[in-house]
Amino acid sequence: MGLDDIFTASVFASAIRLATPYIFAALGETFAQRSGVLNLGVDGIMLMGAFTGFYAVFSAQQAGAMSEPVSLVFGVLVALIIGALMGLAMAFVSVTLKAKQGISGIGVYLFGLGLSELLFQQWVGTPKSVSGFPRLNFPVLTDLPVLGEILFHHNLLVYVAFALVPISAYVLNNTTFGLMIRAVGQNPEAADAMGVNVTRVRYATTTIGGMLAGLAGASLSIALINLFQQNLTAGQGFIAVALVYFGGWRPWAVAAGALLFSFVNALQLQIKVIGADIPSEFAVMAPYVITIIALVFAAKRQEQPTALTRPYERGE
Amino acid sequence: MNKVSQSALAARLNRLIDFSPVIIALALAMLVSSILLIALDADPLAAFSAMLEGSVGSENATAETLVKATPILFVGIGITIAFRGGMINIGGEGQMIAGALAGVTVALVLGEARVPADMAKTPGAFDLIIVTLSLLGGFLAGALYGGLAGFLKAYFNVNEILSTIMLNQIAVQMMNFLLNGILLDPSEAGFNNIPKTARLVTAAQLPRLSLPLGDPWLFARTRLHWGLIIAIVLAVLIYIFLWRTSLGYRIRAVGENERASSFAGINVKRQMMFSMFLAGGFAGLAGVVQVLGLQYRLQTDGSPAGFTGSAGFNGIVAALFGGLNPIGAIPASAFFGGLLVGAQKMQRELGVPASLITAVNGLVVVFVVSSEIFIQQRSKRRVSVSEEEDG
Repeated sequence: MGLDDIFTASVFASAIRLATPYIFAALGETFAQRSGVLNLGVDGIMLMGAFTGFYAVFSAQQAGAMSEPVSLVFGVLVALIIGALMGLAMAFVSVTLKAKQGISGIGVYLFGLGLSELLFQQWVGTPKSVSGFPRLNFPVLTDLPVLGEILFHHNLLVYVAFALVPISAYVLNNTTFGLMIRAVGQNPEAADAMGVNVTRVRYATTTIGGMLAGLAGASLSIALINLFQQNLTAGQGFIAVALVYFGGWRPWAVAAGALLFSFVNALQLQIKVIGADIPSEFAVMAPYVITIIALVFAAKRQEQPTALTRPYERGE
Repeated sequence: MNKVSQSALAARLNRLIDFSPVIIALALAMLVSSILLIALDADPLAAFSAMLEGSVGSENATAETLVKATPILFVGIGITIAFRGGMINIGGEGQMIAGALAGVTVALVLGEARVPADMAKTPGAFDLIIVTLSLLGGFLAGALYGGLAGFLKAYFNVNEILSTIMLNQIAVQMMNFLLNGILLDPSEAGFNNIPKTARLVTAAQLPRLSLPLGDPWLFARTRLHWGLIIAIVLAVLIYIFLWRTSLGYRIRAVGENERASSFAGINVKRQMMFSMFLAGGFAGLAGVVQVLGLQYRLQTDGSPAGFTGSAGFNGIVAALFGGLNPIGAIPASAFFGGLLVGAQKMQRELGVPASLITAVNGLVVVFVVSSEIFIQQRSKRRVSVSEEEDG
């Protein structure tokens, strides 16, 4: 077995697919953190988005009430709404009630973990699959050798995720809203003095973060895996938070980190498939070890938003 | 003298008042879980009474509650130290596993060395040396695993929340690897069954605990073991350590205000590592005590919670619920142990999945940290009191 058994086109293709939920969740978290809110509950929101999105599609398809594409759009909408609601709750807790963000996030995580499992057991029972977002075929492009498989044969949400990277970068760096987000995260006192409503901006970013986390979950349950089961995300939301640190709060770098992480993951799966002589446990462990090492190197050069995790107290 | 005792009294009162967010949180959590239960077509009153009955309704139920509470209390004590020291340790799960792996290895090796194989099956007394060394091994391994996150935070500025979460995943894989390899029960080899170690000899087991009330003794026919007593004693000792020793004071000072502590000449980096070391150690004890006191072997289904039963997370909830006070963690752990055991009865009787408890636990965490804003005035007073304690 040689290197070309490991670095196949399908490994690159699956790296891109696997990066999708990370990109959604990490971009959303980037918005929240740039404004100064650390939302550690991403994984819980992802789970709720994954379950509710799945359940919406599942029941719509069971009832035959909608055509397949409509049911999928419905599922995405439900996941976005649930994500937004949980993001809003997180904003209320950390902005209005000024709760300690690291810990309250763990609470949100446990809540999402428990509730998604509870509802799943109550309403669905055993893992059942839905017909999720189909892989797209582009004229000419999909038939290209190698590149076609790697780039042009994914489901719609994969492309949406990657399209969000330049959009997020543009919004953060080139719009008034982005300027307000950065100001609020860097120096809330000054932003407030300039007439920026710190509370409103943080509510907005945390809600956007929640929506994208919900979408990240749905991208697993109705596009990548097409089913829901207990703890479907298995901690992917936490990795997404780590990716934000790793990418130094810049959307392009965050997405690059997501790609790198999922590439390691895809490699790890491939190594299992071809039965290489590496204990599978070490292969599964590798992405996490690499994340820690990456954080060690990233932490040295990075400057985090000054007001991250710091609730804003208006000085009187 | 008078001033000292006065401020000590004030401090005690303030710590008592610390529990008020807990009561708010409990009331809100009950409210929300009632709404959830109604939404799931279950009668909240029936559910709560099933939980009560399942958790303290009989001798065995009460024992099971305490058995579940034991690892939660160990982890909760450790989390209390970490949070007091300003370190958000989410690594209880991984540290439990590290402790269990090290502890079971010590127990297996020493057990085999001291007890000839043909005697191993006959019942005998437990061996204080084997058990003590195994517990120490578990503590140390957990402490080093937690300390690693503290080290990364102190010297490389790696967020401890993220590193401990990654370390949890790594520990699970390490456990799966070892239990499928060198630690695998020799009689299981080749059978592809549940990955587990050999059973500990009696000499390496923590004895069961019963109380001299009634005949047979209370809890004599249950799985309650001495781990509970060890945990309670340690909770008291850590309370004394945190509030009555200068080392404990330094940990809390760093947690209250890192910069001020640094100006006051406290080695902040060392305190960070130390509080994570202790926190990891207690989680490690939780792990090894599960093995020595309850399961008599280390086994997992391969999932993250397969061995720990999520005690690493529930310990966080119990620590917060106990007002970040080791003594408070005792009733808090018993409460959450009861919730977990009671939920199983609720699931059997009403068909409501026990995962409701995970969701409720999450709500409790959110409510406890959210209600802190309402006692901010008091916490400001507390800071000034602890400054007096120092002087």
